[in-house]
Amino acid sequence: MSNKSTPTERRIILKNADDPNYSNKIGCYLREGGYSMLKKSCKMKPEDIGAEVLKSGVRGRGGAGFPAGMKWKFLDRKSGKPIYLICNADESEPGTFKDRQIIHKDPHQLIEGMMIAAYAIQAKQAFIYIRAEFFEGARILESAIAEAKAKGFCGDKILGSDFSCDLVVHRGAGAYICGEETGLIESLEGKRPNPRIKPPYFPAVLGLYQCPTIVNNVETLCNVKHIMEIGGDEFAKIGKPNNTGTRIWCVSGQVKKPGYYEFECGALTLGEMIYDVCGGLLPGRSLQAVIPGGSSSKILRADERFSGKLKDGTEFDWGVEDIPLDFDGPMAAGTMSGSGGIIVMDDTVDMVEAMANINAFYAHESCGQCTPCREGSLWMRKITQRMCDGGAREEDADLLLSVANQIEGRTICAFGEAAAWPTQSFIAKFRDRFEEKVKNPERKKSSLQLI
Amino acid sequence: MISKKNSKVVPIVLDGKEVEVPEGINLVDAAALHGKEIPHYCYHPQLSVAGNCRMCLIEMGTPMRNRETGEAILDDDGSPKIGWVPKPVIGCATNVSPGMHVKTESEKVLGCREGIMEFLLVNHPLDCPICDQAGECRLQEFATDYGRGYSRFVERKNVKPKRTRLGPRVTLDDERCILCSRCIRFCQEVPKDDVLGFVDRGSFSTLTCFPGRELDNNYSLNTVDLCPVGALTSSDFRFKMRVWFLKDADSICPESSAGCNTTVSSREGELYRITPRRNDLVNDSWMPDSGRELYKSVKSDDRILSSHIEQNPCTTDEAMVEAIRLLKGKNIGIVGSCKSSLEEQFLVNQISKKTKAKNYIRGHFAEDDGILLSADRTPNLRGALVSGFTQKYPKDNLLSLSQSLGKKQVDALLVIDEDLDAAQVDAANLDGVPIVFIGTQANTTSNRASVVLPSLTSFEKSGTFVNRSFYAQFFRQAVPGPAGILPDLSLLSRLLNGLTEDEEIIPDQNSVWKLMNSVRGSVLKGISLTDVKKEAVLLDSSKWSDLPFVEAKALHFEPIQKVEA
Ligand SMILES: Cc1cc2nc3c(=O)[nH]c(=O)nc-3n(C[C@H](O)[C@H](O)[C@H](O)COP(=O)(O)O)c2cc1C
Ligand code: SF4
Ligand code: SF4
Ligand code: SF4
Ligand code: FES
Repeated sequence: MSNKSTPTERRIILKNADDPNYSNKIGCYLREGGYSMLKKSCKMKPEDIGAEVLKSGVRGRGGAGFPAGMKWKFLDRKSGKPIYLICNADESEPGTFKDRQIIHKDPHQLIEGMMIAAYAIQAKQAFIYIRAEFFEGARILESAIAEAKAKGFCGDKILGSDFSCDLVVHRGAGAYICGEETGLIESLEGKRPNPRIKPPYFPAVLGLYQCPTIVNNVETLCNVKHIMEIGGDEFAKIGKPNNTGTRIWCVSGQVKKPGYYEFECGALTLGEMIYDVCGGLLPGRSLQAVIPGGSSSKILRADERFSGKLKDGTEFDWGVEDIPLDFDGPMAAGTMSGSGGIIVMDDTVDMVEAMANINAFYAHESCGQCTPCREGSLWMRKITQRMCDGGAREEDADLLLSVANQIEGRTICAFGEAAAWPTQSFIAKFRDRFEEKVKNPERKKSSLQLI
Repeated sequence: MISKKNSKVVPIVLDGKEVEVPEGINLVDAAALHGKEIPHYCYHPQLSVAGNCRMCLIEMGTPMRNRETGEAILDDDGSPKIGWVPKPVIGCATNVSPGMHVKTESEKVLGCREGIMEFLLVNHPLDCPICDQAGECRLQEFATDYGRGYSRFVERKNVKPKRTRLGPRVTLDDERCILCSRCIRFCQEVPKDDVLGFVDRGSFSTLTCFPGRELDNNYSLNTVDLCPVGALTSSDFRFKMRVWFLKDADSICPESSAGCNTTVSSREGELYRITPRRNDLVNDSWMPDSGRELYKSVKSDDRILSSHIEQNPCTTDEAMVEAIRLLKGKNIGIVGSCKSSLEEQFLVNQISKKTKAKNYIRGHFAEDDGILLSADRTPNLRGALVSGFTQKYPKDNLLSLSQSLGKKQVDALLVIDEDLDAAQVDAANLDGVPIVFIGTQANTTSNRASVVLPSLTSFEKSGTFVNRSFYAQFFRQAVPGPAGILPDLSLLSRLLNGLTEDEEIIPDQNSVWKLMNSVRGSVLKGISLTDVKKEAVLLDSSKWSDLPFVEAKALHFEPIQKVEA
């Protein structure tokens, strides 16, 4: 274990969130200088804001890590159709609980970020699509928007300028797939959240109501405000090149201090996060595995090693604990930082049972539109469930892998990968546990009920 | 028939071979034009693209270009370097572009198909032995062509409703449904009756009707046709016949002037079903439900099955002699029919010319649905124009006939399949006027006729109908007519030969077409029977552009724009 000092958080997004003297009321936000960046931005040329965001290098915090400035550039401005801005607040990736902190504790930061973004892309209508289960969050956002409207920060003629943009909270439809941006758009249009085929339905060209649309995550949009505060170049200095800004990591599983922690990208390693920030594992336990970026990302085995060359040419040779927490680190280790949901598993976890639970989630959440994901996800669930119920067979590991391989890369949306990657990585790294199940089919007494 | 509207072509490389394909089409269609099958379920050429079944996955690449200069990047051998898309793409949603490379037979592609087939079958009930679709089932076909041939699935299959009544004519088996959404898209896009949808999610997704609604629009049976599996079945045809016993004939629906192309299926002279046949210029792949019921007229109770003189059965020869006796030398009025074929109408008009008879005809009109059931509820009103039988648009409901009868200008009638009492003909005026009736179904007119000669339905003969757009379309005989009933052409030519001393007319299509072609100024000039037998032929309709046609704007039909004076 490390004998360095505990890495310290750098809170930008969550700066005020947990301050006992801070509430989600607009008074607190204004006291902290809130909405001054909107004031500043409304006097700028919209495209200059886009340029700052591009310079900042900020990457999307929703899962895919696509540079926000680049996404905005893809907007079809020639069509003459209205442009929409949507904040993706559907946060449903298992292991992820960061957006709700922002929504609950500092909603005005999101509203300001959104209004700046809306001005930059010249959207006249913006939506916050919030996860159905976030009742309280929706209520908080609605009253925050009412406060902002009353003060002229949102709605008609923002801050006396010619720019108007309405902001509406839309409660989600209670499914994980509503977080996939084109599924979200369908849902917002009042339909089943069936993700759309791309091409041709790229949101930036044919999004909401077939109009150009930008969908960004809550955390991404909050960053826009901070980019305007310090400028794109300065922002780009936070973190590491190509991994700029801070990230809110959500740590769950068998650590002493699970929770959300905001760090500069690359400021700490996975090991430091687990052992220093989160206080390490429960007494007497040892690390078995980590899922680094929400349940969809590929699992890491505690004793794995990774070596190779990074994009900037530096060579690396890492154990799991050495993986830097940013975008490119987990990527280099063959997985991804995804939504920032770090799930820690100690030696008490039955990996086949964990797999069964993950598969149950994906089988339940598949929208059912396309064949590989629809049938493959349930099949994988049925196999792992049977394995846990005493019916494991020798050939099951290979079969699971083959089913997952038949899903990956062949579906309408990235849910296919999200469903396949866990299985592929579990089999690749914990095949021994799947084989063990054949020999010892009995469930452990300590096992919990499966999902 | 697939329309070849697009004339511009682009070169693509299909499985290593350079070929030309029409601009803007997708890869499923493009490959088909060159004899390569890209198997597909959800894609339907006449519906929006859903891209959900993933059966059409193929490999695709485009020539690479330098981002800055836009110049093509070349391979070592000087040929354009191809940037292959790393993931397989769906052919149905990928449009051709110049220089595009496509692999439809690579190992990766075959692997994709094997995977999709396996997935489609894991929860499929496989009740082929009792399934109506067996024999024309895409799942069966592609499983044999592209499947792995054995199952790796040992889990329990999902259970779903097996017999749901979706509407008066359609029954759903949800276990067989592969969730391709064709039926949903059809209802939204063609009859614009959005009543179907999926409930639940993932593999438990289930097709159903909206609460409180039914699939009862007049196009509901098209969902049965386009369902690639046996999920949607026709309640009428269900469990009646194994499809591989059926004999198909290309026909034209006689229900209205839309002229839907159909396939009439029979076994051993018995009709079992009518389904639409693709024609991109006329009916795409659809037809109304109501048109599919018409085969029942063949066996209906009112079918006339033998000749009659004064309502007493007799032989055809006896009836023919009597008919000629009654009509000869009289001031004949001929009531033609918009249901007769073009060839028949022509012969009827020959009789008229030779006997200096007066021609009358009745149009049958009802509401237009703006799709494929047009306001003109006869298949061949335009045939009556083209054959020369009438110049006027038959809107007067035979009022002029009633007047002629009243003025005693007509003292004998030859009626083809028409009900005079249902039209505006004063019954009193018919007193004492001998009537020779030729038709398939009994009505008040046949009941009062002196001579009745039975004839054939369009399922029992062949001929040409001219539809609302002036497409001349040929229909083929599907089943033999009832014993002893002569084809209309024979009846008419015998009448003609008996009423005049001219050279005899041979009652076959070819001879009639030769005669029609020889008429001066006919729009059929230069068009042969072989032409119309091959495909729909568009006739020049400019002569009739002033007539008050009743049809409304509809699928593949624009009414002639009349300039109001
Ligand atoms: C199955 C699935 C679920 C997703 N769920 C979420 C979500 O809950 N929240 C979110 O912000 N992005 C989610 N995404 C990612 C979105 O599609 C989209 O990429 C993102 O909102 C873009 O925002 P960003 O560029 O700011 O990250 C999901 C993607 C997939 C494939
Ligand atoms: S991959 Fe899964 S979630 Fe995405 S469209 Fe297909 S079935 Fe739906
Ligand atoms: S739909 Fe096809 S594969 Fe399924 S039971 Fe019917 S015939 Fe067999
Ligand atoms: S019922 Fe048939 S057409 Fe409709 S979704 Fe199912 S398989 Fe497709
Ligand atoms: S045919 Fe179904 S995805 Fe292309």
